[in-house]
Amino acid sequence: MEVLERAYEKAAAHERLTCDEGTALLEHGDTHILAALAHQRRLRLHPEPVVTYIVERNINYTNSCVTYCRFCAFYRRPGHAEEYVLSHAQLGKKIEDVLRHGGVQILLQGGHHPGLPLSWYEEMLRFIRSNYPTINVHGFSAPEIEHIAGLEEMPVREVLARLREAGMGTLPGGGAEILVDRVRDILAPLKTSSDSWIDVHRQAHGLGMRSTATMMFGHAETLAERVEHLERVRRLQEETGGFTAFILWTFQPENTALRSYEKLESHQYLRTAAVSRLYLDNVANLQASWVTQGPRVAEISLRAGVNDMGSTMFEENVVSAAGPTYRMNAEQIERSIRLCGFQPRRRNVYYEEVAA
Amino acid sequence: MIPAAFGTSGIRDLLDKAVAGERLSAEDGVRLFESDDLAALGWAANLVRERRHGDVAYYLKNRHINYSNICKYDCMFCSFYRSTAEEEGAWEWSVDQVLEHVAPYKDSGLREFHIVGGVHPDLPFSYYTDMLAALKREHPGVALKAFTAIEIAYFAELTSMSLREVLEALQEAGLDMIPGGGAEVFADRVRYKVCREKADADRWFEVHETAHALGIPTNATLLYGHIETVAERVDHILRLRDLQDRTRGLKSYVPLAFHPDNNRLEKLGAPTGADALRNVAVGRLLLDNVDHIKAYWIMLGIKVAQLALAWGADDLDGTVTWERIYHMAGAETPEGMTEERLQQVIREAARIPVERDAFYNVVESEAVPA
Repeated sequence: MEVLERAYEKAAAHERLTCDEGTALLEHGDTHILAALAHQRRLRLHPEPVVTYIVERNINYTNSCVTYCRFCAFYRRPGHAEEYVLSHAQLGKKIEDVLRHGGVQILLQGGHHPGLPLSWYEEMLRFIRSNYPTINVHGFSAPEIEHIAGLEEMPVREVLARLREAGMGTLPGGGAEILVDRVRDILAPLKTSSDSWIDVHRQAHGLGMRSTATMMFGHAETLAERVEHLERVRRLQEETGGFTAFILWTFQPENTALRSYEKLESHQYLRTAAVSRLYLDNVANLQASWVTQGPRVAEISLRAGVNDMGSTMFEENVVSAAGPTYRMNAEQIERSIRLCGFQPRRRNVYYEEVAA
Repeated sequence: MIPAAFGTSGIRDLLDKAVAGERLSAEDGVRLFESDDLAALGWAANLVRERRHGDVAYYLKNRHINYSNICKYDCMFCSFYRSTAEEEGAWEWSVDQVLEHVAPYKDSGLREFHIVGGVHPDLPFSYYTDMLAALKREHPGVALKAFTAIEIAYFAELTSMSLREVLEALQEAGLDMIPGGGAEVFADRVRYKVCREKADADRWFEVHETAHALGIPTNATLLYGHIETVAERVDHILRLRDLQDRTRGLKSYVPLAFHPDNNRLEKLGAPTGADALRNVAVGRLLLDNVDHIKAYWIMLGIKVAQLALAWGADDLDGTVTWERIYHMAGAETPEGMTEERLQQVIREAARIPVERDAFYNVVESEAVPA
């Protein structure tokens, strides 16, 4: 356990961990020591007793998808009776609802629709910008960007530049799953490779756009592969500094092709959140996943490295299609934060304070 | 011995006490509750837990029988009770209906019926003894853990018998164990505000002490997260510790989170997950004479209950199958869990699942342990 002891010492001294040390923490670390070290790291990065959150709405513009990921219960094949694409009018109604609740952002994502050209996305973005100029579009995960680039036979950088020009603000971190191709081949053989996911974010950062990074774990990956994922995120962050936050959640197997996988509850979540906080020493913020973990575990995670309660979401269609999920509104989020001994603070995508 | 990560913890001296196995004081208990060092608290509680139970976590196959929700009392935290049979949502099972409900469990390997209800204004005492006798006859291998101290105190009132006579009659009919409910918070101030009609703390203790004298083991609960202070929680736990010093009859301590839906304390909201872990951990550290701390998953949610296995708890309770009291108060947990799923949840927490019976004896399984 020499490597574990060394990892504890380095984590406590705020030194950078190696892959082996990260894996040792995840495999053999004491849960309480991990939580304590992660909380100490959080306090070093964010010394104020503040927990942030954002008033944001999830909008899924289509569920039509040709990527058929085995972990997904949200998509419908093109031509399926439940396939949909949101009209501008439907989109507008949802955004007006966000504005009524003091929202500043939409998380705009969808399936990989085979028939929508880049111009369709540009029109959607222009519609949003001209009608709702205060709303930041945190939109289109890396696999969507790559999908559009493929349809248009256009470089990723150009797709990003055109979308940005039309009104895309920031790039969400979805579609990362586990950034190890062995795992991706099992889960989602047709989806973006690890290298491509990283490259889309690199290009976005190069254009001056910020993004987030995510991890969906608890399926086919080993603990070492979780750490490999963290390593890839940390490495790109070292290069670009473009990630604002890291968000991790547990795979929900219920209605997916992988329903025989054993569902993780919270033990692994808490440990992995803590190790993520320690490993990602160059990513400022770690978000709680109350959608999969529930408000009670999110509250506990605020003592294990988490400093942000994420978004109000309003609707969540993707994870909830795969099993029961939780809901929280701004008032409930603020109450949780206060009861846990922190001050709630509303933020925008750049983690700047906004008026509540 | 204390890991470096806790070197600067505000409760560092209490970690030392836990390591040394010293009994903690009321003041220590208050400090543990008030500390925001959830990790250090968990570490100490886990140390004590592992000294007693190693990596084992217990579960059992059980089923709840909530025979009626009609109740003379109207406790403010309760969403379960109805005052009369005519009210919407009220029910009352005859002994035959009770038998019918549990008939499918015959010879199923079930180990316990957990039987609690409202304090029913009209049912005769014979109803309760008949129910126990009928269940014992039909399900001889299943332990009958029945009637909270509140129900039992009421039986004494109803029959003008002494508590001892009531308990002897119930024992004769088949009672094996008494659940820990009705304890709420022992402090008079709290009981006066939220459940003033209920038997008071002294009476609750009298029931449990008498049961222990008759060889009937019992559990004890604390309903936290409403109007009680931290000092009142500690007082509650230490009164249980005193009882246990005298009788050794308590099998487990079960901190229960207040559920705020559909009752008159709704505006308080639910206590946090951190508070759930704190209650489990402080219970483990203060109750140095009680063997088992239960993370009652139906109340805490399976996720927090799983985390509690690292914060001092060694037991998740059971498969349950049918539960009304907390579900009528907004519990979002399923009403039952399969044995396989309970085992998975325990294994994810890096513990070894061990099936127990109602009395915490290990059930020898035919299956090869995984």
